[in-house]
Amino acid sequence: MHESILCVILYISMACPGERILALTEYIHAVNLSFSYQNEPEAPQVLKDVSLSVEKGSFVAVLGHNGSGKSTLAKHMNVILLPSGGSLFVNGMDTSLEEHLWEIRQQVGMVFQNPDNQLVATVVEEDVAFAPENMGVPPEEIRRRVEEALRTVGMWDFRDHAPHRLSGGQKQRIAIAGVLAMHPDCIVLDEPTAMLDPRGRREVLETIHRLNRESGMTVILITHYMDEAAQADRVVVMDSGTVIADGTPKEVFSQVELIRSAGLDVPQTTDLVHWLRTEKGLDLPADCLTVEEAADAVAKLFS
Amino acid sequence: MYAIEAQNLTYTYGIKTPFEKTAIRDVSVQIPAGEFVGVIGHTGSGKSTLIQHINGLLRPTSGKLLLNGKDIWENPKEIRKVRFSAGLVFQYPEHQLFETTVYKDIAFGPTNMGLSEEEVRLRVEEAAEFTGISSALMDQSPFELSGGQKRRVAIAGVIAMRPEVLILDEPTAGLDPRGRDKILDRLRRYHQAQKNTVLLVSHSMEDVAEYCTSALVMNRGTLFAYDTVENVFCRTEELEQMGLAIPAITQVFHRLAAAGIPVSRNVFTMDAAKQALSAALEGRGRNA
Repeated sequence: MHESILCVILYISMACPGERILALTEYIHAVNLSFSYQNEPEAPQVLKDVSLSVEKGSFVAVLGHNGSGKSTLAKHMNVILLPSGGSLFVNGMDTSLEEHLWEIRQQVGMVFQNPDNQLVATVVEEDVAFAPENMGVPPEEIRRRVEEALRTVGMWDFRDHAPHRLSGGQKQRIAIAGVLAMHPDCIVLDEPTAMLDPRGRREVLETIHRLNRESGMTVILITHYMDEAAQADRVVVMDSGTVIADGTPKEVFSQVELIRSAGLDVPQTTDLVHWLRTEKGLDLPADCLTVEEAADAVAKLFS
Repeated sequence: MYAIEAQNLTYTYGIKTPFEKTAIRDVSVQIPAGEFVGVIGHTGSGKSTLIQHINGLLRPTSGKLLLNGKDIWENPKEIRKVRFSAGLVFQYPEHQLFETTVYKDIAFGPTNMGLSEEEVRLRVEEAAEFTGISSALMDQSPFELSGGQKRRVAIAGVIAMRPEVLILDEPTAGLDPRGRDKILDRLRRYHQAQKNTVLLVSHSMEDVAEYCTSALVMNRGTLFAYDTVENVFCRTEELEQMGLAIPAITQVFHRLAAAGIPVSRNVFTMDAAKQALSAALEGRGRNA
């Protein structure tokens, strides 16, 4: 039985190589993932039995308050942390097997919260070249990749600037370019906009949405900004180390009480419609997210 | 007499260097005592430069800065006293925690003021109460606390000096909604109890609408407006042109009013929105 299945899989993968890619649309796959920082049995579990799949090419926002486990989950995705229980697969590779370590780290790039902590060089283009240099990419190819990455994030004109003189949003875009120069399949961003002003936030968000749309990059955005999550294909809400909601932004944000119980905000628009539904008993769609949707729904009450 | 008054305040960085840049130009504003002022403006608008003048970290290139009617640079040797009466909480103030215990960290400011040990203890306790730091935390290392707790300890360190003017530069940056609400609620209570002047630099128009009594808007180094929150937020089109997003709830009411529904355009908070809609819905019932 077992062998026959293997044979069939082998047959499919040989006969139609494209099938393999189709079968692996689950790019990141967590199976009963648990994690605690200490080895003792009573140590607090930061992640409890998390099972989650992220499709290749999707844009997933992971929401949660501080301490909900969202960053810990993110750090498993490029093997900064290893599961205490369960497994995590990246593109079919088990992260706990050391032979996959470098492959996974090149395929999944990470961007962190503080723009000042992740730039290493004194010139922008040297900073972007850092990862491909370490990977042993030939110099000519490095030049090509650095230009491509800097153009993608709209920072090519700043290539010979000093990173410390740039704005926070610009620094984060350099950090993203540094990841892009590795040619990853997936980029995981851990609260990349938390320290930025509104303009910097917009720059970074536009950049990652464009990457997702135009290059098919899988994007996992860890955030506690609802408006950022509302723009994702899918929203995963974490609380106390577990996934408490998972769906489209409309599906998730319409569960106002659940979101609040997780220490998060709902957008003012959703809040208003929710109040009209629950306090005033009015028949309105629960999934109003944008200003237009909320205004249209309320306006209908008066028509 | 005003708590804070700027008279034709201009500040130029790097005079006579290639980097010379005028950060604020001819700013005149009068802020009465007891206001809770939201300071709004883009990065580079000059708001940080302005607030650094209020406690004498920067000295005006020209013009004057007055606290309680007194030019703070009248006697430059006395500028240290100004820093006790105008307390400035920087961005990410938790990076400045350094003491071995929470108590010592909060006590640092009042101790430097030369107060008695008893008075210092009183002020530390008062500041910890305002910021919601429980007495159980007092002997812990500040570095063992959560991000939100660390920040509240850092704010307590400034509050403990009992400043007449408390200035906070984006005190909620990087915090999650729970941490943000806790800090803002505590600040509101502190302001109501102390009746002093509080300046809150914020990028969140929602927070300014919710917590502040007046708003000061900087744009390209000049003062765009200083007025009540309502009067400032009514200038929606101009604010949007500066790239400052008005609260989402206000945008909803703009659309409703434009669609001919009998509600005001000038709704800035959730509570006001609920009241306005309740009234409009009742009116609808009577007309039908």
